[in-house]
Amino acid sequence: MSTLTDPPKDNFRLSMLFNDTRYRSLTFQAIAAILVALSIFYLGSNLLTNLEEAGLNISFAFFQNPAGYDINQRLVEYSSQSSHGRAALVGALNTLLVAFLACITATIFGVVAGVLRLSKNWLISKLMAVYVEIFRNIPVLIWIIIIFTIMTAVMPAPRAFRGDDATASMLLDMFAFTNRGVYIPMPYFEHGLFASAQGNWLLVIAGLIGSFFGARAINRWAAAKQEATGERPKTLLPLLAVWFVPLIVLMFVLGLAWELPALKGFNFKGGIKVGGPLIALWFALSIYTGAFIAENVRAGIQAVSKGQTEAAAALGLRPSRVMNLVVLPQALRVIIPPLISHYLNITKNSSLAIVVGYADITATLGGITLNQTGRAIECVLLLMAFYLTVSLVTSLVMNFYNASVKLKER
Amino acid sequence: MKKSYILGALTVATLSAGAAAAGTLDDVKARDKLQCGVNTGLVGFASPDANGEWQGFDVAVCRAIAAAVLGDSSKVEFISTTGKTRFTALASGEIDVLARNTTWTFSRDVDLKFEFTGVNYYDGQGFMVPKDLGVSSAKELDGATVCIQTGTTTELNLADFFRANNISYEPVPIETDSEAQQQYLAGACDTYTTDASGLAATRATFDDPGAHVVLPEIVSKEPLGPLVRHGDAEWGDIVRWTLNALIAAEELGVTSANVAELSSGTGNPEINRLLGTEGTLGEMLGLDAEWAKRAIMVSGNYGEIFAKNIGVDTPVGLARGLNAQWTEGGLLYAPPFR
Repeated sequence: MSTLTDPPKDNFRLSMLFNDTRYRSLTFQAIAAILVALSIFYLGSNLLTNLEEAGLNISFAFFQNPAGYDINQRLVEYSSQSSHGRAALVGALNTLLVAFLACITATIFGVVAGVLRLSKNWLISKLMAVYVEIFRNIPVLIWIIIIFTIMTAVMPAPRAFRGDDATASMLLDMFAFTNRGVYIPMPYFEHGLFASAQGNWLLVIAGLIGSFFGARAINRWAAAKQEATGERPKTLLPLLAVWFVPLIVLMFVLGLAWELPALKGFNFKGGIKVGGPLIALWFALSIYTGAFIAENVRAGIQAVSKGQTEAAAALGLRPSRVMNLVVLPQALRVIIPPLISHYLNITKNSSLAIVVGYADITATLGGITLNQTGRAIECVLLLMAFYLTVSLVTSLVMNFYNASVKLKER
Repeated sequence: MKKSYILGALTVATLSAGAAAAGTLDDVKARDKLQCGVNTGLVGFASPDANGEWQGFDVAVCRAIAAAVLGDSSKVEFISTTGKTRFTALASGEIDVLARNTTWTFSRDVDLKFEFTGVNYYDGQGFMVPKDLGVSSAKELDGATVCIQTGTTTELNLADFFRANNISYEPVPIETDSEAQQQYLAGACDTYTTDASGLAATRATFDDPGAHVVLPEIVSKEPLGPLVRHGDAEWGDIVRWTLNALIAAEELGVTSANVAELSSGTGNPEINRLLGTEGTLGEMLGLDAEWAKRAIMVSGNYGEIFAKNIGVDTPVGLARGLNAQWTEGGLLYAPPFR
């Protein structure tokens, strides 16, 4: 007779939720999640109740209404008759423009200053230290105001260019530096293949992309030849040809011409205007964030073991090559992650644009539109969504790049 | 078998959001302080003087309300607001009344749910240019760069004016009046536009006011006045009638000099009703009988306040113009105190 006993039945009791280590953490997580959900629900219903009490509602219908105000820098067509939605788009593009430009220049400033700070030249390294300490220890808002104020005070007004006793003159008769912005010649095509200017520019861009792939093919061929024969063929001339010949031919066919800025009425007309607010904001953001990036670069370089430098030097590499081929590629692994957050900071700091009258999205959607429509909650929600999206996309792209340079573990 | 049940009493507090707004009057009395939203600094209208005391035309309205409600004109907390923050400050209850040269418009009254309690200054938007620019009319400003204060009705009027006249311009939006002045003086813009009274106030602070002219065109109607939140009619009435009391006092010849004497009784029943020696007007407002007397005693009637802060003898130097009493061809017309 066999005595078979059932294995002890796993009687689940409510008390096990707290006393059994298998369930305890789950219990607490569930409680925390419920509390968070409840508080969000409470805040949301509080908002809705208060809005209802004040007789207001959440509605995005105002987006269709004409904005009624003008914007000085527009990357897309816009007039005061356009909708609030269009005004928000103009602002968003302006934000992206200044953030993009500032990210590039901040990186250049940062890398140069970071490398030079480690220079053996006492004067240069100390100068860079002064730059870093001054710029990162003063709020960026103050830098924006300082740079803009200096620009408007030092540069001549357009009026100074007029008359026989003009106190200012154009550089080479092509560039005008005024306290309202810098005017530069604008290229255009006299006999374009397409009716619209965009079509012709797309053609040029297509040509450049073609050149890029052509150049890549030449480099590949040279590399393959080097693998096979041990000797790298000279590629300088073919490379120059593949870059410039199509471009020059295209410019000749399309009839490239330059529109020069000229003083007309109160302001310069013609050419491309790079507005003073854009320059001030761009420069201030770059030089401020550049100081932070310089410190990251320095930290990244110092994180590379000294043995690497010495080994490279022992192989007979020149100092510049040691830096470019051995140290910097390894330093990038340390530099990239904090660099991402600096890029995000630039985007977010660009919302200070209104102090210099730059029409970014905070100035249009979160400023004038909010004020004229009184739709504060809707506008601020949209602003949050915009900055969140831009920041997440920037992070995503940079994380891909980071994944490509980080230490490959096999 | 030991069973241990742990019962967590989850009390989901269904808190009724935002307890039904008690009357603003009760709030002000309980706080014993009036919170008044004013400009960040516009000479003549609202700006701190050398001693840090707020002075100005709008400030005087706040002080009069405080005197009427709390019996002491110094029981005011001045909260400076920009063109952008003012409506949020009022809607959220951070301030009880907004007296910040704010234009009475349909959408602000109806859509933003505010209640304009009257007009204390009839204004219109103008343009200021340096004299040596050689411009004599706003219609000659084709292609000009224009400095504007952002978040104001001037922004919209400007767009309308240039569109209606089919000329172009380039806006430079500026956050505050002082920054706008700086930009204008540096020549970063050809002209500065805001309410004509504001232009006069701004010009008064320049080193050489004579080098700048205000162009003759007035491109908009800008009735400026104090406003309160929608839905609290009692409080709205107090602000409205305090302003009316100041205006009526000028019409009736009640000044800061003779108000004490007149309040012992006169032969004019309207003055008696205003100053509380006859009838129960103060009681109807929820205040005491002498509310209007105290409001007038602070800095006099409307005319005195005007003359002291922005009149022709001040640096701002504004003529009464539209802001004269109706008996003298102006628009000021206080309804009867009856």
